[in-house]
Amino acid sequence: MSISSKRLRTLVTTGAIGTTMALVLAGCGAKAGDEAAGSTTSAAPSCVDTSGASVKLGFLNSLTGGMAISEKTVSNVLHMAADEINADGGILGKKIEYIQEDGATDWPTFAEKTEKLLTQDCVAAIFGGWTSSSRKAVKPVVEKHNGLFFYPVQYEGLESSPNIYYTGATTNQQIIPAMDYLASQGVKKLFLAGSDYVFPRTANAIIKLYAAKLGIEIVGEEYVPLDKDDWTSQVAKIVAAKPDFIFNTINGSSNVGFVKAYYDAGLKAETTPIISVSIAEEEAPAMGHEVTGQYASWNYFQSLKTDTNPKFIESWKAYPNSSGVTSDPMEAAYISLYLYKALVEAAGSFDVDAVNAAAKAKPITFDAPEGTVTLDGENHHISKPGHIGKINSSNQFDVVWASDKFIEPDPYLEGYDWFPANIREQLVNAAG
Amino acid sequence: MTKLKPWISLGGIGLFAVLLLAVAPLLLTDHWLNNLGKYCCWAIAAVGIGLAWGRGGMLVMGQGVFFALGAYAMAMHLTLESAGDRVPGFMVLYDPLAPLPAFWEPFRSAGFTLLAIVLLPVILAGVLGYALFKRRVKGAYFAILTQALAVALATLISSTIRETGGDTGLSDFKYFFGYVLNDPANKLMVYLIAAGLLIVCLLAVRQLYRSRFGELLVATRDAEERVRFLGYDPANVKLVAFIVSALMASVGGAMFVPIVGIITPAEIGAAASILMIAGVAFGGRASLFGPALGAMAVGWGQSSLGSTWPEGWTYILGLLFIVVILFLPNGLSSLPARFAAARRKPAEKPVPAPAAELEEVRA
Amino acid sequence: MDALIAPLLNGSAQGALLLLAALGLSLTFGQMGVINMAHGEFLMLGAFAAYLVQQVISASDLSIPVALPVAFVGAGLFGLLLEVTIIQWMYRRPLDTLLVTVGVSLILQQAALQIFPSQGVPVEKPGWLDGQLTVLGYGWPLRQLFTILLATVCVAALSAWLKYTSFGRRIRATVHHRDLAETSGISTRTVDRLTFFTGSGLAGVAGVAASLIGGTNSQMGAQYIIPAFLVVAAGGIGQLKGTIIAAWTVGVALSYFAYWTTGSLAQVLAFILVIVFLQLRPQGLFTVRTRSLA
Repeated sequence: MSISSKRLRTLVTTGAIGTTMALVLAGCGAKAGDEAAGSTTSAAPSCVDTSGASVKLGFLNSLTGGMAISEKTVSNVLHMAADEINADGGILGKKIEYIQEDGATDWPTFAEKTEKLLTQDCVAAIFGGWTSSSRKAVKPVVEKHNGLFFYPVQYEGLESSPNIYYTGATTNQQIIPAMDYLASQGVKKLFLAGSDYVFPRTANAIIKLYAAKLGIEIVGEEYVPLDKDDWTSQVAKIVAAKPDFIFNTINGSSNVGFVKAYYDAGLKAETTPIISVSIAEEEAPAMGHEVTGQYASWNYFQSLKTDTNPKFIESWKAYPNSSGVTSDPMEAAYISLYLYKALVEAAGSFDVDAVNAAAKAKPITFDAPEGTVTLDGENHHISKPGHIGKINSSNQFDVVWASDKFIEPDPYLEGYDWFPANIREQLVNAAG
Repeated sequence: MTKLKPWISLGGIGLFAVLLLAVAPLLLTDHWLNNLGKYCCWAIAAVGIGLAWGRGGMLVMGQGVFFALGAYAMAMHLTLESAGDRVPGFMVLYDPLAPLPAFWEPFRSAGFTLLAIVLLPVILAGVLGYALFKRRVKGAYFAILTQALAVALATLISSTIRETGGDTGLSDFKYFFGYVLNDPANKLMVYLIAAGLLIVCLLAVRQLYRSRFGELLVATRDAEERVRFLGYDPANVKLVAFIVSALMASVGGAMFVPIVGIITPAEIGAAASILMIAGVAFGGRASLFGPALGAMAVGWGQSSLGSTWPEGWTYILGLLFIVVILFLPNGLSSLPARFAAARRKPAEKPVPAPAAELEEVRA
Repeated sequence: MDALIAPLLNGSAQGALLLLAALGLSLTFGQMGVINMAHGEFLMLGAFAAYLVQQVISASDLSIPVALPVAFVGAGLFGLLLEVTIIQWMYRRPLDTLLVTVGVSLILQQAALQIFPSQGVPVEKPGWLDGQLTVLGYGWPLRQLFTILLATVCVAALSAWLKYTSFGRRIRATVHHRDLAETSGISTRTVDRLTFFTGSGLAGVAGVAASLIGGTNSQMGAQYIIPAFLVVAAGGIGQLKGTIIAAWTVGVALSYFAYWTTGSLAQVLAFILVIVFLQLRPQGLFTVRTRSLA
């Protein structure tokens, strides 16, 4: 039963054949530093066909897995916006034909589905994503195929891409206003609590830099894995640190555990309030009365009194599978589709380069539920109003502070002298 | 044990090689070829699971750990290759002045990286397996321990955001050992390497299964005590199978990185490790082709059914576990043998399931 | 003082919750050899039961005490259903029960996601659990005390049930020697079903406790399952006292690690602690003496 020399030979031969084939083919591929490298990295001709009566768009949201608890609503609101636009005559007279894909809370799946949408389904643009990780997985793929991706959630900034449009807030539209508000309230000691992933870590790095400038002392910083709810140990540290305010960058269900542990420990909104950047109208009901009286920094609240907001709320409530409340990420997703419509109509074409050129040519605006937002054609973010809200007993937000004008997006914090130029420079270089 | 005639299994591998290496590149679009490459990576890990679990009776529920070793070794090398002299972008923000973490440095070298992909899993599996098998940890304990390891490693990677990229993982690789990854010709090369490695792994386990070691491994699975009484040390037999399976998981992980273009802790954690098992169970744990084909089928299901009917796919995957394990413990590949046996001797029970597990848990 | 006493008390409560989650497993895994990966989802069912009870009895002071038996019976019935439809065919293949129940857990998670609001549902804490008990200067949340109390009651009830009732005697007889028990006229089928019902029901009770600590949603069960299995394994199969000590130790260790390092690192360290312990002592803290060679 020992391995005969004949079998061994077969094994070696087959292995060798495979390797040889691979190497022969490799001879044809571009190598680093080749002259060809520049040209081969540019995308193959786009397969998008908009000659028919409809235009294909891709929606990419996690419908299964952990993030489905947040992303299902974004997917629904995108469907609603598409239905609305179709009822209104479509984009450039073409009906939207959307293809819904499931990101499955798995970043490589986001990358795979992006590639599928761009190269198999030949969609003109993709909408979706929630976590920063999902966006970072999509980014290289849309850049490689020169596609378009519209990302609807507030994030940590320090990014821009010719192939991505960001309709959620960047740091200077959400976190910096929140810090300004805290400073105006005379906060001296701040505690940072977050989930252990890229957004809270980055946001807190920025908060620490700004706090130093504002003269706010950071008395503690705690992270818990995204999939863990138990915050009791960390809240004990908060009690010991006696902060004036808690800055909360926790995401998802872990927020419920945080608020419960906070309440259990006898902390109260009157004495040690929390300001959050991930708790909105959607999330608050799952936390019960314990979240009442806490603060959140967003651009949009359901309670905003604008001309367009009532219609948005009404359409959403009437929409099948609606959650009944509107929130900032939903509204940003709603904006993203309308913004795309405005861009395409300004360009007169679905072509990515034409759309990007139109964005630069003249300001594109949209009368969003949060007010009239304007696209910055250079960094692909939109202007937004800053709002701080306080959660009332019906899980709605009472606005306690609003920025006096719309805040222009500044993803790399170029207008803020406290942000070290060397970090910015390295980040821009790394983004290449 | 159903034994195929030597030429059948060898011919099967040959046919499989022709399909993967010649037919698939001709017929499939770039996107689906890339997907097939991804399934090949899972299949490589699955072949190892088939060896350890199907033949060796060790339910390895933490192959994600070894998959991670290969994947992260490769990803670190490719990240450094893309970053050039600079510190990788994601590290800059948390500490712009800090140098590259020391454990990254050696991965600049292509040779060291390739060596690490092979040696790291062998060393870890060797140490871990030696401790576990010598102390006769087996059955459910072994399964839960390995699963806990996968969870621990995934949590560790998630929380060390500056050192490993955290939950976001490592992505955006530009080069693969000097080749531009965006070039379709190079993508094809990466695919062919993965498919070729899968064929090599299949040939390797075929040899193992036909060798004296293969017989001993099955004997250890079915009656460990008897093997001991015959003068062999079952721990050593299991150790070798465990190390080989770890090595295969690592190789699968390493190829996953250039093909998929991203690696994250979610690909190596509890759910991912269980999904690897799913394919093996589905295809047939103890057969030669079952694990690889099963893993590819599950991967394909995820890509295609996960698209058209995402909620449904979760239910189907759940039902797949239940129905296959309940009614077809030896997977789909046992169906032909079952039919054949049923036709010949209707009364006889075909292909009994590995039964020696019972005492292990009860003991 | 705070730095020493707070993690000890918090950790004890964390350990108590872990114990509640592990208690049912120590029955189904320890006594029956079934590796039920859907145990975490039974825990989730208990939490949703607490929410549903709160929809009927809106006063949370009353609804949580009512929810405890409801969750026990509800999760228990689901367990019974699982036993009758699937598990009973698999007693000779324990490792395969692990894989089958992975499938069950996937299905239950997805079903919960589609049936209940995707963000999860609120479960309000009873008013009488507001407040803290001051222990050596540390304000110990009453809710934590409640978790410990609940775990104590469950352990006491379970051990009394196993020790003094005729059903309990039958269970122990079946565990010790199935064939002999059957020959003596004990219906091992009934015993199996009852054990599985009780084990799953205990997961439901743990779910009510968990609903007061974290979110009640489709994902909640997943975070308890592996730690709970580790605790049962570290305690020694079929050993209630081993499970208790292991759960408490892990809870307190987790809490001190979290106090000294970070929340994430604490998880990793606690896992490594148990894994290393199991490498050194694979049979767990306590073992039943058997004549088995292994």
